[in-house]
Amino acid sequence: MWRRFLRNRRALIGGVIVLGLYLVALLAPLLAPHDPNQQILLDRLKGPSAEHLFGTDSLGRDILSRAIYGARVSLAVSLVATLITIVIGALVGLVSGYVGGWLDNLMMRVTDVFLAFPIFILLITVVAIYGSSMFLLILFLGLAAWPSTARLVRAEVLSLAEREFVLAARVGGAHNLRIMLVHLLPNLVPILVVAATLRVGIVILVEAGLSYFGLAVSPPTPTWGNMVADGRIYLDSAW
Amino acid sequence: MSGYILRRVLLMVPLLFGISVISYAVITFAPGDPARLLADPEQVTAEQLASARERLGLDDPLPIQYVKMMRGLMTGDLRSFRTSQPVIEMIGERLPTTLALSGLALVFGVGGGILIGIIQSLRPYSRVDDAGTFVSLFGFAVPDFWLAIMLILLFAVRLEWLPASGFRPAGTSGWNLVEMAPHLVLPTIVLGTGLMASMARYTRSAMLEALSQDYVRTARAKGLRERVVVARHALRNSLLPVITLLGFYVPILFGGAVVVETIFAIPGVGRLALDSVFARDYPVILSINLMGAVAVLAGNLLADVGYAAVDPRIRYK
Repeated sequence: MWRRFLRNRRALIGGVIVLGLYLVALLAPLLAPHDPNQQILLDRLKGPSAEHLFGTDSLGRDILSRAIYGARVSLAVSLVATLITIVIGALVGLVSGYVGGWLDNLMMRVTDVFLAFPIFILLITVVAIYGSSMFLLILFLGLAAWPSTARLVRAEVLSLAEREFVLAARVGGAHNLRIMLVHLLPNLVPILVVAATLRVGIVILVEAGLSYFGLAVSPPTPTWGNMVADGRIYLDSAW
Repeated sequence: MSGYILRRVLLMVPLLFGISVISYAVITFAPGDPARLLADPEQVTAEQLASARERLGLDDPLPIQYVKMMRGLMTGDLRSFRTSQPVIEMIGERLPTTLALSGLALVFGVGGGILIGIIQSLRPYSRVDDAGTFVSLFGFAVPDFWLAIMLILLFAVRLEWLPASGFRPAGTSGWNLVEMAPHLVLPTIVLGTGLMASMARYTRSAMLEALSQDYVRTARAKGLRERVVVARHALRNSLLPVITLLGFYVPILFGGAVVVETIFAIPGVGRLALDSVFARDYPVILSINLMGAVAVLAGNLLADVGYAAVDPRIRYK
């Protein structure tokens, strides 16, 4: 699998970019040339220079450093939120699809309810009301998307459960929990990976949108979204 | 078929009940008191707060508050905490704006996306295909608020071709489309870009699959013109996944409307949602959530019915 991945030029380029971004986020304190929150008010709104490669913002903070630190928020939020989505989605889908019966019915109706929500409005509601802490943001973003993952997993489990290897396991005396975790779960990994990859991208965009409205992480902490929001006012006057 | 539609509509009732309970719970258990938020913080007295709480019905037990609010919603006398205007009027005033904007974005997204997808599929792995892939991946990856700012900067500030905000020229009212057209261009593009990107991706892969089918070869062998083969044989069969996509796109369009209406200062439902959230205007938030849910459910139902309309093999019982 690794060799096939490395031979596909496009996959390789994409992989390198993603890995690079995560490295930048991880090594932010080493890479950032300045303190992201240090204000030098004399150097407000300066254009790019050798000292400040991306220039400075309205409070004289180094934009490159803020962008590097901002990567941490975007990537951390999206990773953890996606993890929550995938874990809950896989769990609900697995149990619902394998156990079936009234439990399946109940779980799927609950899923339907969540699927029918206009998610973005729900998100701005909860974030605005319950305050903008990083923890809550991650939790809400994670909880927002599990229903579609659960649907996906359930459909897969329904078809997997009919296969011979599940029957064989049952004949061999495996109990249901073991069948679900040892026999079914590993077979779900491919679709979970695909679902997670797509989800990470979406969460980054939603987080940026929320912080654009000032609804995500609170101000001194740089995020890509709130940096764009801050800069908007100075589009015509900076430099 | 009509029996199927009826059952689906009936199924919406418990779903909407669940959604209303959850929406209600989310906003009611929130810290902070809407009565205090509405009052002037400098000079509010305890008695004024108490009377405001009573007027807004915030002292009743929660289930009673919920039932009252839902009854108000059904009969149309639910009033905003902030303006005391009936919620149904507030939404009714703004809904045509949001619907018009979403409709335009839908036409732009679906039309543009299908067009790009078809052109790509006719010359797979060519320069043209790569260009189309670039455009659609760009559309996926770009945040809508950023795209909006860049378009405003280019077309409104630098080139001065299009107005930067508003839904119609200042001082005018009504629906004079010729006057409004310049105001609609940028919001439509921003709201429709994500849809266009997904549409292009799905159309491309569906068309590639359809073009390699035997019936397409048969159609070509019969000597049909390429245009007829593409439009009538391949395209019609490729539309199936595209239709489901539309059903799923309704909630995303709704969320996008919040962003676009805020940035372009368009007085629509999305803008109202954001304002109400910040003001803790519970009745308005609840109503908009439920209205959005109805739109989503209707979108999904339309997608399923649309399925049967394009594919005669699909029959619902």
